Parts: sequence; C-alpha cells; structure tokens
Amino acid sequence: MHDPTMKSAGRRSLLATMAIAAAGTLLPSKQVLAHGDDGSHTHDIAPVSADILTVVGPWEMTGLDPSRAGYMFARMEVVETLLEVDDKGQLQPGLASSWQAGPDGLQWRFTLRSGRSYHDGTPVTATSVLACLKRAHARPGVLRLADIKAITLAEHDIVVNLGRPFNALPYLLTHYSTQILAPSSFAADGKVERIVGSGPFRISSLSLPQQFNVERFDGYDETGNRAARRIQRARYISVARSETRTLLVQSGQADLAFSLDPPSIRALQNSDKAVLLSAMLPRTTFIKLNAGHPFLSDLRVRRAIALCVERQGIARALLRDPDLGATQLFPPSMASWHDAALPALRTDPDEARRLLDAAGWRLAGDGIRRRHGERFELSLTTFVDRPELPLIAAALQEEMRQIGIAVRVVIGNSSDIPAGHRSGTLQMGLVARNFGNLPDPAATLLQDFGPEGGDWGAMGWRNEELLQVLQRLSSSQRADTLAGQAGRAKVAAILQAELPVIPVVWYRQTCAVSRRMAGASIDPFERSYRISQLRWI
Amino acid sequence: MRLSGGIPAWRQLGGALTHRLLQAAIVALIVGTLCFFMTRMLPGDMAYRIAAGRYGYDMVTSAAAEAVRQELGLDRPWLLALGDWWGRLLHLDLGVSQVTAQPVIVEIAHQLGPTLRLSLLAMAFSLLIGPTLGALAGLNPGGLLDRATLAISVVLRALPSFLLGLILVLIFSVRLGALPAAGHDDHGSIMLPALTLALGMAAVSCRVARDAMTKVRGSAYFAFALTKGLSLHQALARHGLRNVAAPVVAYLGVQLVYLVEGVVLVETIFAWPGIGHALVHAIFGRDVPMIQGTALVLGLMFVLFNALVDAACAFLDPRRRA
Repeated sequence: MHDPTMKSAGRRSLLATMAIAAAGTLLPSKQVLAHGDDGSHTHDIAPVSADILTVVGPWEMTGLDPSRAGYMFARMEVVETLLEVDDKGQLQPGLASSWQAGPDGLQWRFTLRSGRSYHDGTPVTATSVLACLKRAHARPGVLRLADIKAITLAEHDIVVNLGRPFNALPYLLTHYSTQILAPSSFAADGKVERIVGSGPFRISSLSLPQQFNVERFDGYDETGNRAARRIQRARYISVARSETRTLLVQSGQADLAFSLDPPSIRALQNSDKAVLLSAMLPRTTFIKLNAGHPFLSDLRVRRAIALCVERQGIARALLRDPDLGATQLFPPSMASWHDAALPALRTDPDEARRLLDAAGWRLAGDGIRRRHGERFELSLTTFVDRPELPLIAAALQEEMRQIGIAVRVVIGNSSDIPAGHRSGTLQMGLVARNFGNLPDPAATLLQDFGPEGGDWGAMGWRNEELLQVLQRLSSSQRADTLAGQAGRAKVAAILQAELPVIPVVWYRQTCAVSRRMAGASIDPFERSYRISQLRWI
Repeated sequence: MRLSGGIPAWRQLGGALTHRLLQAAIVALIVGTLCFFMTRMLPGDMAYRIAAGRYGYDMVTSAAAEAVRQELGLDRPWLLALGDWWGRLLHLDLGVSQVTAQPVIVEIAHQLGPTLRLSLLAMAFSLLIGPTLGALAGLNPGGLLDRATLAISVVLRALPSFLLGLILVLIFSVRLGALPAAGHDDHGSIMLPALTLALGMAAVSCRVARDAMTKVRGSAYFAFALTKGLSLHQALARHGLRNVAAPVVAYLGVQLVYLVEGVVLVETIFAWPGIGHALVHAIFGRDVPMIQGTALVLGLMFVLFNALVDAACAFLDPRRRA
C-alpha cells in the first residue's frame, strides 16, 4: 500500500512546480543569446521603453558578414561605406572625402576623411579601410564587376588599380558589401564576430536573426551636439508577415514599418497612429523571356505578349496605385535613364492577336493557338519574396490566355530564376529587378544584358549595339555629357524595341511612420532608414 | 517504495526511461533521415536556394551559387552526405547551418528557450481555461454555461491558429492597447502567442473535462459520496476532480500534435524567435542541417512531453499502475 499523505504531498509539490514553471514563462527574457559568425558571444537585449524607436521590416539577419545582412546595419546607420549617394544617385563623400581617377581611368585614388573613429574609440585608418576592401574583393560581390588588379595604400589614400577603365567603380564602393568595419570586428581567422562600425549609431545588443538594438554614438557628431528630441536609441525587429507589421503599427508598437503590401497600405491609410510615406524606387517588375526558346525567339511574339499586358489595370487593381504601370523599363525615379520621349508601352490585344497570326500561330477550338501542331503553352516562373508577384503572374496568365497563349504559373523560390537561366530551362520568369543595387545602373545593366545575358536579365538574346553603348557608358569618364545622355536613351530604346524583358509595373516603397515622429523620409536607394534625422514630436 | 506488482520503483522507472530513450533515438533517426530525403527531393538547385537565403535574392547570381556549391560540397553523393549526418549525430553534432554558417546546436540552443517558454505557458493557460470551464459546464449538462462553452469551443477549434492570433492582436493590441502585438522583448510579448495556442487546445480539453465531469456526476460512487453527507464541494474534491483530471491529462498527449504544429505557425505570425520560426526559414533557405536539427528537436520534444503526460497519467490514475 502506498502512503496517501506522501502522495498528496507529492501532488502538491508537482502542482507548485508547475505553477512556478508557468510563472517563470511569464517573466520577460533578460538574456538572449546572440551570435555572429563565431557563434560564441552573448548580449543583453535592453528592456524596452517609450523612447526607443522601433523599426520593423521583413528582412532577417543571416549573419554578421557585410556580404550577408550588411545592408541592415547600413540601414540602421551603424556602418558606413567609402562613398555615399544622394536621392538623385549622385556620389557624395562618405568615409572618403574626395576621389579621382587618373587620366587613363585605370587608377582611382580615394582620400579618407580625417578625425573619424570607430565605435570602439579607435581611429579610422587607411590600413583598416584597406583590409576591409581587400576582404570584400576576395569574396563574391560587386567588386568583382570591376577588373581590379590591386588595392593599395599611397600615404593616407586608398588606391585602386584597374585592368580596364570602369567608370562605375566609385558606385561599387557605396555598396553595403564594401562597408568598413573596425579591426576589432574580426576574429583571428578573419570572420566577423561583432559589428564595430563608424556610423551615427552603434550596436547595443544583438539577437540574430531577428533583432538588434542601437544607441547613438557620441563620437560620430564632431560638434558633440546631442540635440534634444533626436533619436538616442532604436531597435530593428524582423517581422516576416506584412499583416503583423501592420498590426504593430496600428497598436503603436512600431514607429517605422517597411515593405507594406497593398492591403496593409489600405488598412493604414486613415490610421490615427501613423502616416504613410512613399517613394518610387529604381525597381521594375518585368517578364524575363527566354528569347532562345523556339516560341519566343520571334520578335512578333514578344511584342504580342507586351501588347496584351494591362499595366495600368494591374497597377490599379493589384498595387492600388495606377501610376505604377510601367511605360518603359526604367522608372521616372531613375532620372538619367528614364526617357520621357520614348513612346510608351501600350495595351492592344487586337494588335497582339494580329502579330501572333502573322507569326503563324492559329487559334484552335480550345482558344489556345497552335503552329505546326504545337500548342502555344509556356510556363511563367515567379516567387513569393515579394507578395505581389504571384498575383501579377495570375493576371498575366489570364491576359495571355485571352490572346491564345496558355500559361502555367510556377511559384517557387527566387533562386529558380537564375538557376533556370543557367540550365536553360526557364521559359518566362516574373521578377522584380532592383536597378538601384548600385546607384549607377550601368554595371547592373551590363550584368543583365551582357553577351551571355544575365541571371536577372536577358536570356538567349544579345544585341551588339546595346553592349557597345553599355561598355562605353561604364568605362567613359564623361558619362554625364550629352553623349552619355544619348547613350542612355539608346539603351532604353533598344530594350523597348527588342523586348528581351517585358516591363509590367514599377515599384513604390511605402513606409508607415508613427505620428510621434517627425523628419522621416525614404531613401530611394534603400540604403538607410535615416533614423539619425528623425526626432520625437 | 514499490509502485505495483512487486517490481521495485527504480526498476520500473528505469524500464520506462530506457523505453523512452529508445523511442527518442528512433525518432531522431527517422525524422533526420526523412527530412534529408524530403529536402533533397524538392525541385530546384540547392546552391541557388542557399545563396538566396544567405545574400537576399537581389544578389543571387550563378557566381554566388557556385561559390556556395564549392564551399559546402553540395555535389557530394546523397548517401555520403546522409552517412555523414548520421555519423555526426552519434557524436551529438548536428552540423553547421548552410545559411548562417553557425553550428546548428548553437542556433537551436538560442531558439529552444523561447519555444519551451511559449509551449509551457500555452499548456498552463489551456489547462487553466479549458478543464475549469469544462468541469463547471459538466456540473449542469445542457445548462447555459454548457451550451455557451460548446459554441465557443466549436468556433475556437474551427479557427486556424493564424486567424485566431490576428483576432487576438486586433482585440488586445490594437483596440485595447494592453499587450504587444509581436516581438519578444516587450513586457508581455509572450501572452498573445501563448493565448493563441492555449485557446485552440482549451477548446478541446474543455469538452473532454465536461464529458468526464458529466460521467462523474452520474456515477454511483459520486451519488454515494453525496448520500453519505458530503457537500458538493467536498464530494468533488475527494472523488470528482481526480477522475475528471485523468482523461484531460491523457488527452494532452493528443493535443501535443496541435501544440507542436501550432508553435510553427504562431512563432512566424508573432515574430517569436523559436524553433518553429527557424524551421520555416530553414525550409525556405533549403538549409538541410538546420531543417534536420529543428525537426529533430521538435520530435524529441514530442517524445519528452508524451513521457511527461504518461507519467502524470500514472500519477493521477492508480488503475494504470495495476
């Protein structure tokens, strides 16, 4: 027989243990493990109070290395690059105060700004900058776009020697993968183990992959001026779902919320907690066509597809913004590349049908065209990283069906596009290409429309004239001259005429800004959240 | 101390523990192996997917994918890679995340705490809400409370977790401003995700408790307790609650499926930094070691919780020990 007293005591102690365990779960987490590339160190997540600015966006930090989530540390103004750009894409001084190329365009010299220090108090030296740039060059990234022979020091200047002239080199040095970190950021084996930058804010706590907190770095402001009402502390939280970000804004928990989808924008339009801010970005959603495919190699067919696309309808119905219908590849936000004189892409399904007839594609009884017994059937691959893409793909599927083309929409991962390009299996892809990855898109365009096509650009198509113009633009020191303007207009015209990609809609970044903030603005190149310019109302 | 049948308690406990450890080892092997094959059989090139997970899709090029392929040896034969994982598992080494370059064990150590906190609080809430209301409803079958809890249970169980979560956020965060909508470092951040999971579980445990209470109320032993002069409270405390608790705790084992499945969804909705959230992102990034590791831990959690439920059932119901 068992002892009932003992059993009863045991049950009470079990219940007490459960109660303590439950109570323990209610306590806020004080210590959160954080890790960098070495996975060893921890930081405290600071307790939240009302004077912390909360930024939410969908992006997760997959590591500390600049090539991975470096853009997040740049956006929160923790790290800097050698050069910066303004809203028009014009180069501005960053950690380098001036820069110049030699007469042959093969040697570039960057003079560092003096008196700057890293967040650990050590000075920003040419040696530490050189080490970061050499490290960036040794990894896959934008510096590979230039034919860099050597990066060296000459007194206090950084000198870059090229194998061929490359006008866009300074723009490469604005990219987040070339950000400058203090020597104390790196472990002995070269891995990044902490982020010690030189920007207006320094990391105060870190909990990868979802959150990091920053605080103002006094050493950044050379006048030592800590103006009242400016943001002293901020945090970034990765929140994957757009509706959750919207609810965070509506509940007053988030002060800045980025990458809002159209339903969220509609929900926040009359919010008493936040106002909406938007800016057109140098990003275009287009259909990437495999022009080497037997169906799509015919320009008449590509033009027919372009003519059946209801750009304004898609922009109005799916993006809730009729101005986003793409009349050409380059949006107006790319001021020097957008050609207002270029005849706009238009919608004309009847003309599209005539072109398909002329190309030998005859309508069959099921409403789908056939030629020599072959059914006009293609797949359109897209992905969910941008939630509007599957919706647009569905609209395109219906529009193409109406002119007699059967489309199978394949929704997968973003990597299916470059993988399909390389394997030659991609037929059509719907992508949202960022031409502002580098503020001067000549390098990006060379990647996309180069001799082999591009993972995110042309496929099975090449145009010698376009190639020559792009190469001239990327190597010429006089790209801002009339000849440069004519070259850019030529690029836009060739792409519009040949349609290796078919523009659908442009892109607008919409950000919700809490009504307790003032001074917010959107960086069209998505380089910064500009929290140092914000202040509490 | 002897629990039953003359077998010493330590031997009985040791036997049960060995059984569970064996079960855990089998779960580890099956889950890890299934994850490996399922991930490998997904369409698409792994190197590109991993590159997209690491660098973001704007920066994915064939060059980046090739660098990833070389670095991770993705061209190795499948069986070699699986054998490697098995070998590592024997040394309790779950490998390195292909996206973050962190040891999987470090990532999981980082995520396990939040997931356990969330799961335990959800279970505590569900046990507090469901059986209490169910027992009260069972005291008066067909009464107002019984009918009301039935209606609420049906609605709550029918609602998917993500919808229930959003409704709770709308009420408690947006309308009332009482609790954080998401995140993990604001005071009370855990409440809404835990409540989302708890309400779904309470919906069922409420009905189980109600049925058990109805059965107890109609039993001869309960009638005898009342006849011999005990008050309703005394009769419930001495003869009722334990009998009601036994099926509720036994049913917890079934609800663990809902809990583990719910954790994956709820963590994603509420940006809760746990294992479920990590699993979803690992699948997107085709991060095989991370998928294997997180699924393995979720599987082992399932075994552990089941063992705890069995122990609690044995503790509550002496007939099981006979």
